[in-house]
Amino acid sequence: MQIKNLTCVECPMGCQIEAGVENGVAVYVKGNTCPRGKLYAENEVVRPLRVLTTSVKCVGGKMLPVKTDKPIPRDMMLSLMETINGVHPTLPVHTGDIVINDLYEGVNLIATKTELN
Amino acid sequence: MKHDIVIIGGGPAGLAAAVAAFDGGVKDVVILERGEELGGILNQCIHNGFGLTRFKESLSGPEYAERFIDKVRERGIKYYLETTVISLDKNKTVKAVNPELGFFTIEAKSIILAMGCRERSRGALNVAGTRPAGIYSAGTAQKYVNVKGYMPGKEVVILGSGDIGLIMARRMTLEGAKVHAVCEIMPYSSGLKRNIVQCLDDFGIPLYLNHTITKIEGTDRVTGVTISEVDAQKRPITGTERHFSCDTVLFSVGLIPENELTKSCGITLSPKTRGAVVSQTRETMERGIFACGNVLQVHDLVDFVSEEAEIAGRYSAQYVLNGEGVYDFLDTQAGDNISYVLPQKINKGVDGNVKLFFRVKNTFKNCTIRIKSGNEVILERKKKIAVPGEMETLILTADKVQNLSSPVTVELEV
Ligand code: SF4
Repeated sequence: MQIKNLTCVECPMGCQIEAGVENGVAVYVKGNTCPRGKLYAENEVVRPLRVLTTSVKCVGGKMLPVKTDKPIPRDMMLSLMETINGVHPTLPVHTGDIVINDLYEGVNLIATKTELN
Repeated sequence: MKHDIVIIGGGPAGLAAAVAAFDGGVKDVVILERGEELGGILNQCIHNGFGLTRFKESLSGPEYAERFIDKVRERGIKYYLETTVISLDKNKTVKAVNPELGFFTIEAKSIILAMGCRERSRGALNVAGTRPAGIYSAGTAQKYVNVKGYMPGKEVVILGSGDIGLIMARRMTLEGAKVHAVCEIMPYSSGLKRNIVQCLDDFGIPLYLNHTITKIEGTDRVTGVTISEVDAQKRPITGTERHFSCDTVLFSVGLIPENELTKSCGITLSPKTRGAVVSQTRETMERGIFACGNVLQVHDLVDFVSEEAEIAGRYSAQYVLNGEGVYDFLDTQAGDNISYVLPQKINKGVDGNVKLFFRVKNTFKNCTIRIKSGNEVILERKKKIAVPGEMETLILTADKVQNLSSPVTVELEV
């Protein structure tokens, strides 16, 4: 068994987590303060997931902050940035509106700000 | 014009203070904001992780701001944008200017200072070399990329590992730049651990601890930097130089409360926090003038800014409604291994618990944090780890506060 030391990034506490890994999956997780830390560690040893946040240029030039509505694989972030930067939404946009539907396996890109004009 | 409460600053602190003051019973509240929109610095903090304490959700900066902006709008609280406050005096007269009204004066019954903070500049650091273009504070670069949609450069070195610098390392990488290094003069990062992982480690960006930039090259534009390791006295060690070619240098070397107005008004400042001296109600030493958020102490999390601003808003409303309360002050002080304690005064004339905020001077493992009143220990907490980058808090319950007779010291024992 391989032991992996991780820092949970789910909240500012940044708990130090130890995960025991066998055949590519976590067989135990310790050091997490809450259940989200366990889930984080289990994903982290298989394929790290992150919420991607960025901004896109709207028609007219204004920048709109956006994020994925669920975490995506970390290794997909840079390639998805190309798709995202090719999109130019038209205002008005409200917080929570979908900017790209099904960006990656059912995960949408949504606006995180209301911009009316 | 006249208003009951004037709030200077429409960022997270000003917004939360306005809502709390309104809900505390004072309806005539006005916010003066320098920028073109409410929300302050949160508008450019498009990353997530805000609001976990307060809303139990991970929000982006603009989303967090919007929750409070909505509350301000629902209540019909008045605000002026693009409004610069020029002066403030102890009689609570505010002089300001904006494009709509020109120069105007407001006589207030109470004032809440919520101007936030600014970044320490490169000038304060004295790096040798030329002064070419391509040098930005991390926050300025953040505004360019996120709000203006323009990349300040392609090959980047970052000095200082404050959270904004770490966040910008990731942000610029996502937008196609190559971040060669983050160097930090201290043996530890001043940023959150999670940001080291998700902003640097995730992208293989090296963090050089105990390193500083010793030379910046380039005539018109930055062409490269040299970094060196430093010794215990923070002096560069010869022979440890490392060179990077780059077109951009970002500085993320700390934040300073923006207190020019506070100073010019003659309000007592603390040399340690560089913010006003306040009691637990966040009232400064001038009656009826309150301060909250990063203008008072630089917070790590916006959730705590909102919490502090609500305290200020509530007591500002009480001041307007009931006039001056009872003032019976005891000092608080930073003892061994503690860099500051806030509030600097405990007013025993005010009921309720007192939450003490403080920072430790270094990284400590398995330590004990103690609150003493004179020689008597009134509270003790064991900590597995305490770091300067993360603010600590302890609560003195109301009964303990009432029994205090000597100044309160917070200390850390290893
Ligand atoms: S384990 Fe829970 S408490 Fe610890 S950092 Fe992760 S989310 Fe936060």
